[in-house]
Amino acid sequence: MNIAGEMGIVLALLGAACAVLFAGIGSAIGVGIAGQAASGVVTEDPSKFAKVLVIQLLPGTQGLYGLLVGFITLSKIGILGGELADISVTTGLLILAACLPIAIVGLLSAISQGKTAVAAIGIVAKKPDQFGKAMLFPAMVETYAILALLVSFLAVNGIPV
Amino acid sequence: MAVLKMQRISICALKKDRKAILEKLQSLGVLEVSHVIGEDDDFQKMDTAQQKAGFEKAAASVDQALEILEKYVPENKSMFASLEGKKLIDQEEEEKVRQERKELLRAAKEISDLDREHAEQLASVAKIHNSIESLTPWLSLDVPLKPSETERTVLIPGTMPGGTTIESVYEALAERAPEAESADIHMISSEQSSVYLAVICLKEEAGAVEEALRSAGFARPSQTWSRTPAQEKEELLREEAECREKIAAVESRIGELAQQRENLKIVSDYYRVRAEKYGVLGQLPQSHRTFVISGYIPQCEAQRVSDELTGKYDCMVDIEELKEDEEAPVILKNNPFSASMEGVVESYGLPAKGEIDPTTIMSFFYVFFFGMMLSDAAYGAIVAIVCGVLVHKFPRMSEGMKKSLKLFFYCGLSTLVWGILFGGYFGNIVDIVSEKFFGTKITVPAVWFAPLDDPMKLLVFSLLFGVIHLFTGLGIKGYLCLKDGKVMDFICDVVLWYLLVIGLILMLLPSDIFASIAQTHIVFPGWLNTMAGGLAAVGAVGIVLMSGRDKKNPALRLALGAYDLYNITGWLSDVLSYSRLLALGLATGVIASVINQMGSMVPSNVIGALGFAVIFVIGHSLNLAINLLGAYVHTNRLQFVEFFGKFYDGGGAPFNPFKENTKYTDIKEETIS
Repeated sequence: MNIAGEMGIVLALLGAACAVLFAGIGSAIGVGIAGQAASGVVTEDPSKFAKVLVIQLLPGTQGLYGLLVGFITLSKIGILGGELADISVTTGLLILAACLPIAIVGLLSAISQGKTAVAAIGIVAKKPDQFGKAMLFPAMVETYAILALLVSFLAVNGIPV
Repeated sequence: MAVLKMQRISICALKKDRKAILEKLQSLGVLEVSHVIGEDDDFQKMDTAQQKAGFEKAAASVDQALEILEKYVPENKSMFASLEGKKLIDQEEEEKVRQERKELLRAAKEISDLDREHAEQLASVAKIHNSIESLTPWLSLDVPLKPSETERTVLIPGTMPGGTTIESVYEALAERAPEAESADIHMISSEQSSVYLAVICLKEEAGAVEEALRSAGFARPSQTWSRTPAQEKEELLREEAECREKIAAVESRIGELAQQRENLKIVSDYYRVRAEKYGVLGQLPQSHRTFVISGYIPQCEAQRVSDELTGKYDCMVDIEELKEDEEAPVILKNNPFSASMEGVVESYGLPAKGEIDPTTIMSFFYVFFFGMMLSDAAYGAIVAIVCGVLVHKFPRMSEGMKKSLKLFFYCGLSTLVWGILFGGYFGNIVDIVSEKFFGTKITVPAVWFAPLDDPMKLLVFSLLFGVIHLFTGLGIKGYLCLKDGKVMDFICDVVLWYLLVIGLILMLLPSDIFASIAQTHIVFPGWLNTMAGGLAAVGAVGIVLMSGRDKKNPALRLALGAYDLYNITGWLSDVLSYSRLLALGLATGVIASVINQMGSMVPSNVIGALGFAVIFVIGHSLNLAINLLGAYVHTNRLQFVEFFGKFYDGGGAPFNPFKENTKYTDIKEETIS
């Protein structure tokens, strides 16, 4: 196997890494800033802990979506099974491209969702009975991460290896 | 599926029965006070604000005492204390406590005072500790620590910077005050940061000596004592012991008072209930001998309340229908299954006047979608069992909590069913365990199909369920239009959209795009294709022409119509939004298999099995928690945004009856909630 042939699997693995990396970074930032707001609320009123915790967790899903695509990719290229699939450079690039939607959208949407979650935590701090509505605003942002996840998943799933 | 019908009840009775009638109404708890008549010469309102504030203050002081008790003598609470609900007490017990309310209020005040005393004593202890600390370096000095003098000499105690030695002090003296030769310097103790000195010198030289020393960093101690340091320390220790004794006494007294905790709770509720009663009393129009109370009451209760009151007291009870333009408060009434979803509707907003209660229709979709998103049989079973057991074990938990747990119970059952359909049991745990520990791979077959093997199929079904959901919402809007007799609105806003969307779907089905998604080619007969085009065209043209029907200007009307047609993109995004059913279902399954995969990397022996068990428990708990949250949030979103968006606004006011609004206890009595 020559270098060019080896590149295929490297590119595919790079795709899996990107999906996990960027979506995970996004979620970490999102959950982080939401957590700061949540801590502020809990110092004032510890009884709101459960509610603000739920909202803080909302931007965490992008990381899971990245993990999902990464895992599917790893098992597709045989890294998990222990037998590397024979992957051409083209296929490798295809897989890398397929991973990009969840990587990039995951990164940015999780950060935005984190900011929205901060605002939603503000709602819970002032009007705890409006929890249902507060929860909805961050969930709106997540829609786009879900769409990106679907395209990444379907694309990785559909690329023949 | 209904909003309870409200009526207005007005009761006019004699003042002598006022207390009894108000208390009866309060314990029934079915009347929301709302007066329509104002004050006039005959009927005046009583000013009860002062009494009400007095009772509220009493309740608050007892609450504060209870908080203090909790701080000193924490109550033994189980993990599930919040589920247990308010304690039920007998009427006699309440009566007994009510007799003692003055003593209990005194006890509450004593508890507050004791707490203040406790804080003061703790502050003195801290102060004493500080004094002892600053005294410690001087302990070996056997004269009082203050500037003192004999006939010819003076003593000046003080500190100098760390590292100073006796020699260096003498050197400094010799340099700066060479004439002062009498100075005798004793080092009492030395620390890293300062050195403690006692300086003795002749009176006439004292000024010069101190001046010279000060320029080398000498400073008098900030505190002085009239006794010797050792005596002083003894005295301080004795004072501290006294404070400690007082603190112990306060604590034991609070411990004694803690036995009154249950009674304090009852008395706090008693004052709360009375405050509420006086609040209502202040709103009542009263004449010399009579009073009037008026408000909303659910129709089903009206007759009973009327019979009870007229049977017992001399009074006039008048029940009438609400006026056309009156916004009645809302109580939802649903079958036991759907009632558990009322909380979800409430969190969006109760139905406003003229809207229907969407709970029943929503409840089926809710449970259906929730199960599809979580879609793991084992997770579903866990959720259902936990919620079922909790509801069963704690029958007195608050109504809202019970509804939420029941909601999750039903959602858990639905998840169980979907998990069986999709073949998910903790992800792929059966495959992994059988292969790893028993050598042969066993796969539990999916009853329907496994989403991972055929995601496109599930995507198509998700969108199909979405279309059904949206069409149901649009159908309800149509029903509401017809009910209000707005046939034109029904045709223009509902029927035309049905035609357009159905037409477009029928046009899409035989296309290549759909064939590549669904992996089956659907061929329609020619007439159906023509009809699809026709439907879409009629719908589109109709919408363009009719949407702006209330505008006279034809150009504006067409422009508005065209803009409304643009809403078709809204339909597209609404339908695509249901792809989350697939995405979240996949997320649960795939992350569960990631956990199983991690677990399977352990060696195949006893220790390995233990490690596997640990990874299994922690991993699946986390996965269950995060996906439960995801399924809950996104099911709500599908209902609130996509479904309610078609027909429901909310904005009704909740029914807020005059009742015994207790915090800690419920009194055994016949009540209607």
